[in-house]
Amino acid sequence: MLIRKHPSVLVFLSLLAIFTVAVTLMSEAYGSGVIATSTVKTLGKTLCLALAAVAMDLVWGYAGILSLGHMAFFALGGYMIGMWLMYARTGEIVAATLATAPIPPTPEELQQGITGQIFGVVGSADLPLTWTFAGSLPMQLLLVLAVPGLLAFLFGWLAFRSRVNGVYLSILTQAMTLALSLWLFQNDNGFRGNNGLSGLQNIPGLAEVPQAVISIWFLWASALLMAGGYLLATWLTAGKFGSVIRAIRDDETRVRFLGYPVEAYKLTVFTISAMICAAAGALYYPQAGIINPAELAPIASVYLAVWVAIGGRGRLYGAVIGAIVVSLLSSWFTGGRAPALDLGFARIEWVDWWQVLLGFGFVAVTLFAPRGLSSLIDVVARLRPPRRMGTDLGPDFSALREREAEA
Amino acid sequence: MTALLEVSGVTKSFDGFKAINDLSFNIGPAELRAVIGPNGAGKTTFMDIVTGKTRPDRGQVLWGERSVSLLKMSEAQIARAGIGRKFQRPTVFEDQTVADNLTMALKAPRGPFAVLRWKPSAKSANRVTALAGEVGLADRLARKAGELSHGQKQWLEIGMLLASAPRLLLVDEPAAGMTLAEREQTTTLLRRLAETRAVVVVEHDMDFVRRLNCKVTVLHQGAVLAEGSLDHVSANPEVIDVYLGR
Repeated sequence: MLIRKHPSVLVFLSLLAIFTVAVTLMSEAYGSGVIATSTVKTLGKTLCLALAAVAMDLVWGYAGILSLGHMAFFALGGYMIGMWLMYARTGEIVAATLATAPIPPTPEELQQGITGQIFGVVGSADLPLTWTFAGSLPMQLLLVLAVPGLLAFLFGWLAFRSRVNGVYLSILTQAMTLALSLWLFQNDNGFRGNNGLSGLQNIPGLAEVPQAVISIWFLWASALLMAGGYLLATWLTAGKFGSVIRAIRDDETRVRFLGYPVEAYKLTVFTISAMICAAAGALYYPQAGIINPAELAPIASVYLAVWVAIGGRGRLYGAVIGAIVVSLLSSWFTGGRAPALDLGFARIEWVDWWQVLLGFGFVAVTLFAPRGLSSLIDVVARLRPPRRMGTDLGPDFSALREREAEA
Repeated sequence: MTALLEVSGVTKSFDGFKAINDLSFNIGPAELRAVIGPNGAGKTTFMDIVTGKTRPDRGQVLWGERSVSLLKMSEAQIARAGIGRKFQRPTVFEDQTVADNLTMALKAPRGPFAVLRWKPSAKSANRVTALAGEVGLADRLARKAGELSHGQKQWLEIGMLLASAPRLLLVDEPAAGMTLAEREQTTTLLRRLAETRAVVVVEHDMDFVRRLNCKVTVLHQGAVLAEGSLDHVSANPEVIDVYLGR
């Protein structure tokens, strides 16, 4: 039903499947080995970022809430899964060390050993309260969705109920992610301060499995999550619910007078979107291997908005295109592999100049292609919006505009 | 006859300026009423108070048979209780099709989770088609509302109001920017609507009010100056003084 109404979903899922199979067949673990394991990881991470962009598009492109703090939810998801990864993995190591001792270790000794290993770096010997469930994978998986979801719900409830809108809301979301980042930076809050959580690429219980294989498993998981998230977002935006949130984006007051509780809708979309972001983050950071509070820096969320804008907001595949193109280009340019441009009088090193290029790209897209890179697909599919030069058919200049509409 | 909407002793001031001053107003369940008055008489503030956009400083606004106070309800709750509002400028959702616009306005549960579960049925599709036919947009169902002309947008908005089947309809200057033929149509429609519900028309244009041929309430400086038939109020010397005579 959903696919019949939205053929683009089928195209998207097919491309995703082809991509995943192709990468698998070229990987070191299951195929020819053309693609290095580090590249496989980059591709898997890119899929997670693309899903975060879909979540961003849901709140910004569809519901008109420009959240500049969405990477906070992404990183929180990463922290929640990272806690289990680190705890369980350290547990294995500590158990292996203590196994050689003449007397088998008690559970207390084991826990002390783990705590010492994890928190010695910030000079603490007690397991923080926040790590109570760190030993349980199901609990931490639940927290991956619950913690960011609850944060988004509380934040949204306070902000939307007071009818904070537009740029003020964006500033509030920036403040939220900055505050959370500063909080996580503190050593005594139980998240290892600026060290963050590391060694996340080592999956507990899979010590013998080489990273080449694990990277492919994570790629599959990322692709599956991407597909699921995309379907969920399509389902949300396709029906009457999608109609209502787009209406809220365009004219909130009018929607209120139609009898819709606007705040409840915003809160729903914001919370769901935060949870999608968190799920994406929970798959991203095991592939990245490390997470620290710098991931919550306000600029990260601004980048997320830039990806969606460049890709084309208000379209789910636009967000995906934007995130993939920009983040892959970004890692190419900043990875030092892009050849420097010699202009004679000056040398353009892309590592330094990439951000300038990105800035110009953003301005150019905003000015010339409001639908972003996704308008390229319109050109291919011969979908052309009527040229009305951006004016609406309002009453003030109606004569001229009506003539345009009929033309 | 009991009143459907009963506004009594309402006062609202903005920075010391009394936009509404001890205003009282009643309307029955099936009545057409025109509210006229010069600029700044408080017509828009009056509608804002009834629809919940503005909270009055004093006074009561009671609704329906059970005399529920509207003052504690949000805009959305008031709209769900059965008060529809038509703005002066046509406000339709231009990015969406005529059918989507009408579907959104159909009478149905409005909560986010109810709407997520909502599925189009043959009944809802028929209702949308019927409504589009009623406002002359039957052949435009799949077009985006942004592509409609100004007059068509007005009609679409009226269709959306009909879809939500309000018991009280507040209409802000419906004749503004309409051609003579469109005014004629609008008059007929408003009169027909008022057979089954209460309709309050806020209007500047005396000629249009005369066509409506209904009871008139004249507002001046936030209070009711006169009420009665148009001939009755236009004979009132005070009314002539502040409004008609100028």
